[in-house]
Parts: sequence; structure tokens; C-alpha cells
Amino acid sequence: MEIKNISRRTFLKTSAFIAGGLVIAFAIPHAKRFMNKAPADGDTQNFTPNAFLHIGNDDTITVLLAHSEMGQGIWTTLPMLIAEELDVELKRIRIEHAPAAPVYAHTAYGLQITGGSTTTWSEFDRYRQAGAMSRTLLVMAAAKRLGVSPEQCRTENGIVIVGDQRLTYGELADDAAKLEAPAEVPLRNPSQWKIIGKATKRLDSREKIDGSAIFGQDIQFEGLKTAVVARSPYFKGKLKSFDDTAAKQVPGVIKIVEIPTGIAVVADNFWAARQGRDALKIEWDVGPNANLDSEQMFADFRQMASGKGAVASAAGRPDSAFNQASKTIKAEYTVPYLAHSPMEPLNCTVKISKDSCDIWTGTQAPGLEQAAAAAILGMKPEQVNIHTPFLGGGFGRRGNPATDCVSEATHVAKAAGMPVKTIWTREDDVKGGYYRPMNLHQVKIALDAAGNPLAWQHTCVGQSIMTGTPFEAYMIKDGVDATSVEGVADSPYIKATPNHLVDLHTPKIDVPVLWWRSVGHSQNAFIMESLIDEMAHAAGRDPLEYRRHLLKDHPRHLAALNLAAEKASWGSPLPAGVFRGLAVHESFGSYVAEVAEVSVVNGKVKVHRVVCAIDCGLVVNPESLAAQMESGIVFGLSAALSGKISLKNGQIEQTNFNNYPVLRMSQMPKVEVHVVPSTDKMGGAGEPATPPIAPAVTNAIFAATGKRIRTLPITDQLA
Amino acid sequence: MLTLNINGQERQLDVPEDMPILWALRDVAQMTGTKFGCGMAQCGACTIHLDGQPIRSCVTPVSAAVGKKLTTIEQMSNDPVGQAVQSAWQELDVVQCGFCQSGQIMAATALLSQNKSPTDADIDTAMSGNICRCGTYPRIRAAIHHAAEKLA
Repeated sequence: MEIKNISRRTFLKTSAFIAGGLVIAFAIPHAKRFMNKAPADGDTQNFTPNAFLHIGNDDTITVLLAHSEMGQGIWTTLPMLIAEELDVELKRIRIEHAPAAPVYAHTAYGLQITGGSTTTWSEFDRYRQAGAMSRTLLVMAAAKRLGVSPEQCRTENGIVIVGDQRLTYGELADDAAKLEAPAEVPLRNPSQWKIIGKATKRLDSREKIDGSAIFGQDIQFEGLKTAVVARSPYFKGKLKSFDDTAAKQVPGVIKIVEIPTGIAVVADNFWAARQGRDALKIEWDVGPNANLDSEQMFADFRQMASGKGAVASAAGRPDSAFNQASKTIKAEYTVPYLAHSPMEPLNCTVKISKDSCDIWTGTQAPGLEQAAAAAILGMKPEQVNIHTPFLGGGFGRRGNPATDCVSEATHVAKAAGMPVKTIWTREDDVKGGYYRPMNLHQVKIALDAAGNPLAWQHTCVGQSIMTGTPFEAYMIKDGVDATSVEGVADSPYIKATPNHLVDLHTPKIDVPVLWWRSVGHSQNAFIMESLIDEMAHAAGRDPLEYRRHLLKDHPRHLAALNLAAEKASWGSPLPAGVFRGLAVHESFGSYVAEVAEVSVVNGKVKVHRVVCAIDCGLVVNPESLAAQMESGIVFGLSAALSGKISLKNGQIEQTNFNNYPVLRMSQMPKVEVHVVPSTDKMGGAGEPATPPIAPAVTNAIFAATGKRIRTLPITDQLA
Repeated sequence: MLTLNINGQERQLDVPEDMPILWALRDVAQMTGTKFGCGMAQCGACTIHLDGQPIRSCVTPVSAAVGKKLTTIEQMSNDPVGQAVQSAWQELDVVQCGFCQSGQIMAATALLSQNKSPTDADIDTAMSGNICRCGTYPRIRAAIHHAAEKLA
């Protein structure tokens, strides 16, 4: 990795945030980039010098995050990596989101984005190196000033110590900035770690409990106006005509402007803008999708499934092997569209100046937003400054390659000719598209005399998420979007089945889709782990023993499975009416098993307890890992119990939390998280707890009632 | 022009009578700790206290607050119960994205102000109007019990 020590002068020219001291920046390591091309106009080879770590001559220590804090805890984890090597206490560190700049590109993806449960492992080396390089330079500066060798110096919580002389990092920062950076710096041996691996409380806690934390919604400055946009209720519908006479009469409404996505009502405040929007009389050209209907779409999917799809995985004789079947299982599984519904509805503030533009928005992809706004404004990307406040949840929705929210807000500010914060209502968010795709799978499995899978035919039907994104060239091969079949085509169960065929049909529908926490795994784990349960029952075998047998060559699956089973006391008696279900699934490089304890009374499902075990390799912050397991389980449970976005007569039927219900306190099970001690390859934490929860619950429902849930959400299927 | 008592201070706000308190606080009084999440009393992100009672400020017009005392998240550091709740939140590392937490803390503080030792069922009743998409519910429950013990 190339490491550059940026001089104060260069830094002052390129960044507005602080002056003086030592700045550590890195070039992007090309070997680790797998993107065919970076989507931003910025040339990632000649990076803009900028900082991951700044030590001021006033002893301030500032860490810039190349990733966005949306709840997952990287505001704490990334500074832990730097603090470990820099040798300072965490509480001394100030933290900021980085601006949009090529230097902050993801070390694996090649563009600045937070997603795929990758932040901790992808920054594990870079952030530690930033800390180590800084400490090395500070020690070199101290040695030079005191006329000793660096070996005679030691460090302790932000101070270089030589004999009885003590120099703070701040006192040394300007000198250190003038030194040539060594090509390589040693990193601490894990046995010396004081911070990595220790349960550490969040560094963003205080400001989030006293109301002072700033989210995108909270941006305010003199002259800023608020807009609410009226958009077509039909996907690809167009504006035909509108009458804004009444809207203009609403006190506080300033301007009504037409933009590509609809009509924006710009007002002094949100309330006036929304009332203005309600007063608009609009005629829409409904466009080509006025008849979209979820039931009909599933019927169309079923029709597609009867044909031959693009092959995602194949082996042996998946047709004729059924002749030797002792038992055959045939099943159809379906899941609906899902909205992400982060607690903070989408919003974006845009202030356009003569030669630049400032944008404040909670985004997972600052570089993509920057490029999109620049294109709209006819500016260069570097003329657009992206400021990322805290994200009030993301779950994928705030990392949209289509940049729908920011592009629209840029159009609004441009058309209005004033700084505008465009706010989406909850209804706008629920109805606005970019959903987890609806999916239909048809499966036929042959079991041999022992009940083990002999042949497996698995047909998937669902829209492609990666089409049209910067990841398309990498993720779509031979007509197969890898995310559509992840957890199926590469499943250890299917790979071990001697005769198998996984194929995929990719319908083209104008309902926009997007990655939703755990992406394809969100439905595929439900389907796979339900099927395994079906197979175990058909074979007359215990679901745990059956999985152990099929996963015997997969030690990380087994370790998670065994730990969860042990901690849940699998097989032991439960209170009357309570039943267990099990699931284990690998996603994002982590292995998660969950045991759910469920009762069904009068058709109502109650999840009492979830025992979760994860192997994600080395754990940087066990506190944050446990929180992410709890979080992933709640997110998946909301969807499994009641999550459904559906279309009727071309329109989305759901509007708000009243008809798109999510889990509430009264429905919350007890959650226990256990971690497999592991030094194996690091995986992710943000998403992997979500996939197993739906099948763990539905398998428990089967144990309780004998009813196999093959369609999500569960809702009233047991009534 | 309406006069509202917000966190013990009389504030003159130029707002229409039907404006929800939420927007008077956020867009006019420039106090952004109280959040907009749904606009129809479904999620609780906008929870504040009106004469000590928790209300959803997104559906309560400012006219309903005239002559009464409004208390928001910004005041919780000066409230003994609010302080206990906040420190329990920190000790149990409750927050994730944090967006719902102003409302959660206002609901929890109202609960503990009226009920010194809430049961799990009490917590379900008092807190089920406050949605958290990050899933901080188990920690919120534990933190409320923890704060109750500290206040006892």
C-alpha cells in the first residue's frame, strides 16, 4: 500500500476542515480493486490528497471515516483500529465522516460506498496502518528533536516518552509532518492488542440520547427552504397537467416548480410544503404500468418458471436421477417486495453556488451522489461537496446507484433557485420503489433411501438488483445476477447433491428494486433452510442431526450450528405450547445459526426467544457485533411476520407503518448472542443475522402446527 | 403569533394554529432533537411531553399546547428521571442509528416518572408506540429496568 505523508501546505489547499499538524493519507491499492471501472468521473489513480487521520498541533486527534455510520457502529470500530496502533485512548479521538473523494474508495469495491457488510474487514489494514504510520512518524520526530534513536522512545496514550522527557503528539505533529514517511510500518502483534477485541461502548452514544446528533433531516441554515414533491403514483407514470392555484394560496408556500420526477412545492417549512402539495390538482399520464398487480405478477413468474432459465449451477443428471428417488419433495416458495423503511425518511439538502454546490444527505454512497449532482449541475465532481451527517438507518436504501433522492433534490434546488431541503414523507418512502424484489422459487428434490438429497432442481424467478449498477459487469455473468441466487447456487447443500440444476429467470418490471439488508440471502435463506427442514421431516430425521450430516465438511457452518443448538438446549423439554425451529446460513463471509422458540395460539405467532451463534472470524468489537446480531434478527423478523409491499391497479397498496407494520416492543423476543471463538477469515456483521431468522421461525411453526409456511409474510396464514 | 412554553421558556412563534407541534419545534423554534418519522402517530419518533404526558407531536396542533408546558429531549439532561434514563442508555449501549432514540427516551422518561418499577408488561404498553428499525428493543427494555433500579 502506498502511503503518503501530506504536507501542511498541500493539506490546506485541499481540505477545509483543520489547519496544521500531521495528516495521514493513502493511495488506493489497485491490486484490491475488482471493479471494471469506477463509476465516478474522478480518476482514482491520481487521488486527491486527503486524510484518514489528523493530529493537530493543539493535540486534537481526528479520524475521518471512509464509511457511513447508519447504526452499525463503525463510528466506534474504525477509530478502535486507529487508536490501537496510534496508542491513544479512544475518548481522545474526534470523529467525522469523510467528504466524497476518490481516496476514500472502498478497498475492495473501488468506489466510496458502505454496504455488503464489509466495512470492518475491508478497513482492518488501512485504518490500523494509518495509526501505525502516524505513531512511527511522531516517534521519529521525537527522536530527532531529542537527539536519540527511535528505538529509545516509547509511546503511551498520546505521548512519546524518552527517559524522563515527555512530548505530546500535538507538540510533535508539525515536525512529524515534515518527515519522509517510511515505506512500511510494523503493525502490533495481536497478543499486544489493548483495544481490538475488547467490548467497547459506542462513541456516538451521548449525542444520540440528548437530541444533539445531527441527521440529514436536522440540517438548518439561514435562507434554507423545505420542499415536498408530488410524484406519479404509477411507476413510469408522467405528469400530464396540474393546477397549483390553491397550493399557491397556502401560507408559507414560496414556489412551485416542475422537475423530472414531478412537482416540488417549496415553502418556508415542511408543514406548509406538505399542505401545498395536498392542494395541488394533478393529472397523471398513468403510463405502461397502470395494471400491475402482485397476484398477476406471481402468476406470470409461475409461467416463466415452467421454461428453462439461465443456469446458475449444475451437476450430474438432474432429470433422470429422479427415477431412483425414494421420496420426492415438490414445493413453491414466494416472497413479496419489501421496503427498507429506515426510521429517518429520505431527505437531502442542496445549496448551489456559482462555482460549487454543497449537499447534506445521509448517504451510503457519497461518490455516486456527488457524480450524479455534478452531472445535473454541469459541474465537475470535485465542485460538489458532499457532507454526510448521521444516517437515520440505511439498510441499503441510502446507497442507491440511481441516486433518486439526491438527484431529485438537486433538481429541486436548481429549479427553485434557492437552497432547499427536500423531505420525503413516510408515504413517499413506502410507495417510492427501490424494494427488495418479489421472488418465486419452484423446487423439486429427490431423496435417496436414507433420506439424503440425490437430485435437486431449483428454479428462481426474480428481478435483477445489480442490472444498471456499477457492480453489473462483475456481478452478472451468463445472464445470472449472483445476488438473485446467492445462498442457493452456492449452497453447501446443493453443491453436495450429486445431481442438481439451479436456474434463474429474470423478469423485467418497472418496479425499481434495490439491495435490502442481506440482499438475495434475505429470501434465499428462508427458502433453503425451509427446504432442508422439509427434507429432514420427509426423511424422518431430527432437523439438527440432518443438517449436521449434510454440513459435515463445512466446519464453520457446523461450529455456528452446534453452538446455537447447545446454547438453546436443542432437544430438551420446553414449556407447554412452545416449539423450536432452527436455521443456519452463510452470508457476507459470516456463518450464523439461529434457534427460535415459538408458540402459536389462536392463529397468532409469538416468538419468545432467539438463540443466535455467529462465526465471523476475528471480532474487533464484541459489543457492536452483539448489537448487529440483535438488529439483524429484528429486521428479518419484521419482514417474516408482516412485511409486504404489494401492487394493485398499478399502485403500491401500502402507505405507512399502519399498513406496512414492523416489529414493536411488545413482539420482541429475548435474544441471546453467542460468538464462535475464531481466528478464521473475517466476515461481515451488519447483515448475516437477518437471513436465518425467517426460516428458524417458520420451522418452529411447522413443529408447533404441522403447517409449512411457504409464503412470506406469515401474517394471518395460521388463522 | 402564539406563545408556547417550551422547556420552561416562553417562546413567541409565528405559526398557524393547526401546525403540528413537531414542525413548530423543528422548523420554527429550530429545535431538531424531536424527529419526524411517520406523520401519523405510528412510530413515536416525535414523542414529547405535554404537561408531563407523552404525546405524538406530529399530530398534535400547537393550539393544544397554549397555556401548557412542553418538554422535549433537549430538556432531559436537566430532568432527574431523564438523566437516569440517559445514563442507563449509555451503560447498556442502547443506540444504533439513533434516529428514534429521542422519542424512546421521552417515552421511557414519562413511564418512569409515573411508574417507579415497571414490569415487562408495563414496558410493552408504554413503549410499543415507539418503533426502532435497528432493533434496540431488548436493550431499551433492559435500560428501563436499570434506570428504575438507579432511581429507587
